[in-house]
Amino acid sequence: MIFARAERKTLRVAGGLALGGVFAFVGVATAMLLAHAGGGDAPLFDAYIWRVAQFTLMQAALSTALSILLAIPVARALARQRDFWGRVWIIRLSVVPLGLPALVAALGVIEVWGRQGVVNDLLRLGGLQNPVSVYGLAGILIAHVFFNLPLAARFLLAALDRIPAEYWLSSANLGMGGGAVFRLIEWPVIRRVLPGIAGLVFMLCVTSFTIVLTLGGGPAATTIEVAIYQALRFDFDPQRAVLLAFLQIAVTAVLLWLLSLFARPPEEGATAGRAIRRFDGRRRRLADGVVIVVFTLFTAAPLAATLAAGLAADFGRLALDPLLHRALFTSLAISFASACLSLAIALPVVLVPRLAEAGDAGVSTRLMGRALPAVGSLILLVPPVVVATGWFLVLRLFGETGRFAPAVITVINALMALPFVVRVLEPAYRTHLARTARLALSLGVTGMHRLLWIDWPALRKPFLTAFAFAMALSLGDLGAVAIFGAEGFVTLPWLLFSRMASYRTADAAGIALILGVICLALTLPSTAPERPTERPAADA
Amino acid sequence: MPDTAVRLTDVTVRFEDKRLAFDCAIAAGDAVAVAGPSGAGKSTLFNVIAGFQTPATGTVSLLGQDMAGRDPAERPVSVIFQDNNLFAHLSIADNVGLGIHPGLKLDTAGRQSVVAALSRVGLGGFERRLPGSLSGGERQRVALARALVRRRPILLLDEPFAALDPAMRADMAKLLLELRAETKSTMLFITHQPEDIGRLADRVMFLEAGAIVLDEPVRDFLSRREPPGVAKFLGHSTL
Repeated sequence: MIFARAERKTLRVAGGLALGGVFAFVGVATAMLLAHAGGGDAPLFDAYIWRVAQFTLMQAALSTALSILLAIPVARALARQRDFWGRVWIIRLSVVPLGLPALVAALGVIEVWGRQGVVNDLLRLGGLQNPVSVYGLAGILIAHVFFNLPLAARFLLAALDRIPAEYWLSSANLGMGGGAVFRLIEWPVIRRVLPGIAGLVFMLCVTSFTIVLTLGGGPAATTIEVAIYQALRFDFDPQRAVLLAFLQIAVTAVLLWLLSLFARPPEEGATAGRAIRRFDGRRRRLADGVVIVVFTLFTAAPLAATLAAGLAADFGRLALDPLLHRALFTSLAISFASACLSLAIALPVVLVPRLAEAGDAGVSTRLMGRALPAVGSLILLVPPVVVATGWFLVLRLFGETGRFAPAVITVINALMALPFVVRVLEPAYRTHLARTARLALSLGVTGMHRLLWIDWPALRKPFLTAFAFAMALSLGDLGAVAIFGAEGFVTLPWLLFSRMASYRTADAAGIALILGVICLALTLPSTAPERPTERPAADA
Repeated sequence: MPDTAVRLTDVTVRFEDKRLAFDCAIAAGDAVAVAGPSGAGKSTLFNVIAGFQTPATGTVSLLGQDMAGRDPAERPVSVIFQDNNLFAHLSIADNVGLGIHPGLKLDTAGRQSVVAALSRVGLGGFERRLPGSLSGGERQRVALARALVRRRPILLLDEPFAALDPAMRADMAKLLLELRAETKSTMLFITHQPEDIGRLADRVMFLEAGAIVLDEPVRDFLSRREPPGVAKFLGHSTL
């Protein structure tokens, strides 16, 4: 038993509300899609849908393969070279894409790899006539690798850093060469975490919407999610959108099932402060240096280009643009509300299973404890664009899709953030409860007292991290907004997207900079590696 | 005050792989050592008395009152664990103060009794420090100070000295004896050390395989040569 009577009651009510609310919200959307399914006389699956499905999986597979294959040498080089100026900054740099809205990143990729970008300039200097085209598969792959190579490299580096320090001493003592070190020490560790990382990256790429929307070109380079958007917004063909939505659910369902079979979720263990000495680093300094520099350039270039292009924008005029004010206000309001909602749903999702673990939990509590984690990841099964499509069809019945859109988008964004929020809060709460629950309970420090004196001081950091990420995720989201995209309702990413679409590139660069800076201001502080300060030893 | 401080009647606790059964009565004011091999059910016995574990059957009554449905904080019990007795982010004074009001709303008298309790356990002047800056023995004494201000008639100590070195163990035991004489409380403590039993206990309960197999005065217990479990615990050869 780790909760007092009143707390147990509150938690059961909150758990019921979260369970009922989330399933009802997603259920209504799915039911609406079902109601629209069938009825038409067009063939169920035509060539177009097959092509879209194939492209979705193909680009995801390529993106994953590229990200992973490139991440392995980067992680190995960073693990080997432990002591050079700027190492910590390169590791921090690899966190940045995670906090950056996909739309801003896409713009950065265009700045670097596009027709007028640095890469094509260099190629033309080298005498090549046909520039690389950033639109289509190539652009999608570059953007996906931009996002996922640093992510994969960080997970791999964390895994390599968890190798006991004595292994490196032994390998040096035994005189193991580079190949032997890879085969006998590094690869076994990498192989263990690789399925989890690859699964995560593949999932992210399959459900990638914004990147494909902005960099994909025409029917040849369209994923299921973008096809839903096009069916709904351009062809006004809800039938096709519904069909695609169910195809998407089927694909994610199969993927999630496969992931649960083969892959453990990757983790970033805390290894700060442990001294690892790599004697094999000295011989490889040059090769590792090249790998690290190329990686840094690849990751930093789009960021630098976004910054440079953004600073060149006419901020004086932008600052007076009432549409920008409205978009900024709307975006901040929606993201704040959705972050609050996400945390409110996450608390019972995290705590009720703990309640259900106690031996004397009732049947209903135990069932709720089983069901609530599913609430936390429901949005992975039914992607935001699909839920938004369902609710678009619902709201269309009432005529005004624009008026209720902010509320629907707030909830969708909250659900999008939920898997992340739960992953931050769950382990933090678990440790915290193990350390304090019985003590607090025996002293009668419960309810609000517990929240104020015991939980908040100890869990402030994970709470703020989760909140900031949830808010940044919502701020940068284009998917749900794009489905609604009604007049009189503008968010920052939507404004940026329409400026890009109407080739007002200077304005777009300025807005992208504003959006990027806000999101990074939210996400970067919490991702800074913990300094090895003397922590007040937690009583042992 | 009733004569019996703790009474467990036909109490059973079920885990996935085992079943524990407890029956016992502890007189008010007694100091009882709870001993036995690991996994015998000593901590479970404490959890049942303190209310952390709800028994499958049977009744737990403390000071003559049935405890069914009562939360841990609503029982006449203070608990001191082996470690993690203090909240690391709260000052020593706040940690003790939580024993007076769970929301730390202390009046002048409350704050004075915190100071008094700390100086009683030899930690006067430590009020503003954080638990991390204290030694293991000092932290356990803070936990004792909190038990003092809480004034619950039953004190459960789950291996309170396990993390301490021998000299500190002796000091703690002395302090514990004094406090017990002052407060007249009933005290149960889990221990793996025969010498702690000799120093502190009036009676000994010996647990094996989820049941109380012995419950007798300390003198009888310490002179035992059988059963084998007890002989092994006391350090006598079983041959």
